[in-house]
Amino acid sequence: MSSISVSTTVNGDPVDFVCTPDESLLDALRNRMGLTGAKEGCGTGDCGACSVTLNGRLVCSCLVLAAEAEGAEIATVEGMAGPEGLHPLQRAFIDHAALQCGVCTPGILVAAKALLERNPDPSDEEVRYWLAGNLCRCTGYDKIVRAVQAAAAEMRSA
Amino acid sequence: MAFDSHEKRVFKQVGTRPPRPDGVDKVTGRAQYGADVTAPGMLTARILRSPHAHARIVSIDTSEAEAMAGVKGVVTGRDFALPEDAGLADIAVNVMARDKALYDGHAVAAVAAVSPAIAKAALKAIKVQYEVLPHVTDVDAAMQPGAPVVLEGRALESVPAGMSVNVTHASEFGHGDLAAGFAKADRIVERSFKTAATHQGYIEPHACLASVTVDGKADLWCCTQGQFMVRTVCAALMGMEASQLRVTASEIGGGFGGKTTVFIEPVALVLARKTGRPVKITMTRDEVFRATGPTVSTSIDVKIGMTKDGRITAGEARLRYSGGAFPCGTVDMGAMAAFAAYDLEAVRTQGWNALTNRPKEAAYRAPGAPQAIYAVESVVDELCQILKLDPLDVRIRNAAKKGTKSSYGPVFDDIGLLATLEAAKAHPHYKAPLKPGQARGVSCGFWFNFGGNTCVSLNVNTDGTVGVTEGNPDIGGSRASISLMAAEELGIPYDKVRTIVADTASLGYNDVTDGSRVTFSVGLATIAAARDAKTKMCARAAKIWGIDEEAVEWKDGAAWPAGPNAGQFPPMSLAEIAAVSFQTGGPIAGHHEVNADGAGVSFGVHLCDLEVDPETGKTTILRYSVFQDAGKAVHPDYVEGQMQGGAVQGIGWALNEEYIYGRDGRMQNPGFLDYRVPVASDLPMIEAVILEIPNPGHPYGVRGVGETPIVPPLAAISNGVSRAVGVRMQELPLSPPRVLKAIKAA
Repeated sequence: MSSISVSTTVNGDPVDFVCTPDESLLDALRNRMGLTGAKEGCGTGDCGACSVTLNGRLVCSCLVLAAEAEGAEIATVEGMAGPEGLHPLQRAFIDHAALQCGVCTPGILVAAKALLERNPDPSDEEVRYWLAGNLCRCTGYDKIVRAVQAAAAEMRSA
Repeated sequence: MAFDSHEKRVFKQVGTRPPRPDGVDKVTGRAQYGADVTAPGMLTARILRSPHAHARIVSIDTSEAEAMAGVKGVVTGRDFALPEDAGLADIAVNVMARDKALYDGHAVAAVAAVSPAIAKAALKAIKVQYEVLPHVTDVDAAMQPGAPVVLEGRALESVPAGMSVNVTHASEFGHGDLAAGFAKADRIVERSFKTAATHQGYIEPHACLASVTVDGKADLWCCTQGQFMVRTVCAALMGMEASQLRVTASEIGGGFGGKTTVFIEPVALVLARKTGRPVKITMTRDEVFRATGPTVSTSIDVKIGMTKDGRITAGEARLRYSGGAFPCGTVDMGAMAAFAAYDLEAVRTQGWNALTNRPKEAAYRAPGAPQAIYAVESVVDELCQILKLDPLDVRIRNAAKKGTKSSYGPVFDDIGLLATLEAAKAHPHYKAPLKPGQARGVSCGFWFNFGGNTCVSLNVNTDGTVGVTEGNPDIGGSRASISLMAAEELGIPYDKVRTIVADTASLGYNDVTDGSRVTFSVGLATIAAARDAKTKMCARAAKIWGIDEEAVEWKDGAAWPAGPNAGQFPPMSLAEIAAVSFQTGGPIAGHHEVNADGAGVSFGVHLCDLEVDPETGKTTILRYSVFQDAGKAVHPDYVEGQMQGGAVQGIGWALNEEYIYGRDGRMQNPGFLDYRVPVASDLPMIEAVILEIPNPGHPYGVRGVGETPIVPPLAAISNGVSRAVGVRMQELPLSPPRVLKAIKAA
């Protein structure tokens, strides 16, 4: 299998990498770029632990080919905190104990950020349906919904 | 260690909700889980698994795979030692099949290669010749005479002669005269129930990285609930000494009991030894479902007699559990837990475990209890319906309390069941009116809780900060609660304490993170280690002041002269004593090693409002409340989190989750699309009401809280659905087709 050379942008940084034609974006992020924040929970797009955005669109990176990243803008959990500190969602997840084991947290944070960019004032039901593609087995989602709403309120008042 | 009842303690930090110390790592993607660790020169291994439910392995030809470019090593069952201990031998055979594949997904060979793609291709080049054997996956079928035999000669002495060869365990608990008890009843209900096997469903698949040097030293990094357990088992399977195998627990992406054993770790170690290179194995989700976990599948008969005013006169249960293809004692837990919530004059439970061609059972939150209590609580609910009694009043009337001889033998000390029942009854949820078509389900839950082997070191740093070294992976915020207890005991701020989870070379043995034991047992050891350190710091202050050690006491984070006769000295804070420790005798540390008992049993009560769509049979949970005794909630956020998360796992068990087997004995739904765990849009908020009835066996009164919350949802939901559709449901999960069928048959 011949390799493919890919030029892309990840969390604002230019990145060049080489991948195989059947390689997933998730594997390229984790194994070639060392960005292990996105997790593989299933490899079939059912759990959302590998959520990233590709040109602003929320995707399961296990279902995207690495070669599709050519010329794209990718955002992962590693890009959420800035030099000024944590993103309001990240802070809210800690303050509201919205994580237990934390392995679904990167994907949920990326998905929640994408939600709030589209809908800064979601209802609880809208939060729950938006996050229905992100499995969390520890929390029962209660504190996750509360954390997303707290961050949304903070971001609206900022 | 007894409860500090002599002190009217006002906690300053325990009971507050500070941010967890590992929070930032976990929200930024920095935390390293099992699959996130790599090593230079690392190989990737993949495992070949049986496509048959039951088959004799006639031959395995690995020559073609071994000859492939990039393949560095291939192993089969022959490469693993078979320990003499039966339990360890079962783990070894589960890790890699020998003469027989015992279930769909059972490992038969593994390949280490320079890339995942080559390892995967090499699996296809391994030729396994199978002789397919008859299989059995249903527990009742496995107990029939003439059922396909999974393993021979594994029955314990307690199993009566004449039972199926597959029956490995038999147990019996209870007391009193059953016949007399049933004779006193105004009404007797007898029902049979079945529950499907479910998977723990942790989002992180098993992953590990092993490295073995030519002089026999090994390092293993893995996601596990217990690095010391991994060391014990792997050392036995590898023929290694414990000191030569260092196991480091990564961050763990959920476990719920499912990571209290090993699957891939010995395979990675054997391949690392064979190839001389570090070897990484990460399971796929398909492998996780087919070869790890699940719970027992069960078939249970329950008979209960009740007077018309709601007094239970006798209770009897027969429990048939299957823990898969290996002997499994989980049925004992079910037989002990079934009637634990009740104060009964006459009670008997009998349990049997039968082998089936399913994966080896692994613990899942309160293993064995949810199924048994579901069956009992369903019959109690039906009696309440028949006799037109309030289901909470009946439970209050019969509740076990301090002094009750439990259904499994021991006499209960202080327990919180009545308090949780009364809190549920007084809660607005129980009084809220239901709309037409809606119903409310109620259930009690119980778990034993566990203490176990625990070892903690507490180091006082010269700048006045403290490091706590403990040996239990932090599965849901335990670093925070351990830090809180250390800070409370020492009288220093929470953020001056850093708690780390040590590898197996850095601390004495610790039992796995299970049995709801960590906040209780590690907490107890942390408090004792802090008291040890305080004693030493008092001695240092005494030395500085030139007075007797006994004349110094610790309060409010400082050493003080104890009373006017000790002399007039200004108090020395922890930081002041630590700063001069090199001049007063050297570094200061506290330690505690214990095999802790006194864990204190745990009870909870759940209320669930729901409605059932009569056209589809789909159940919607409308409102859900959890009431549970935490003894003392050290970090209430994470206590609530256990109650909410456990409840939702129980909701999944009640409504959707099940291992589905085809006629070929293969699992038909080994993925999250078809094995449906609850998603956010399935659920309402889960209200968690914490009660605090101090556990007499812990200095702060702490009880474990992790397991009990998965117990009540099964019956609470089934009772609600049964009331909503007017048919007593007797099988889980209550998937829409099953409920629809019941509605149509009524």
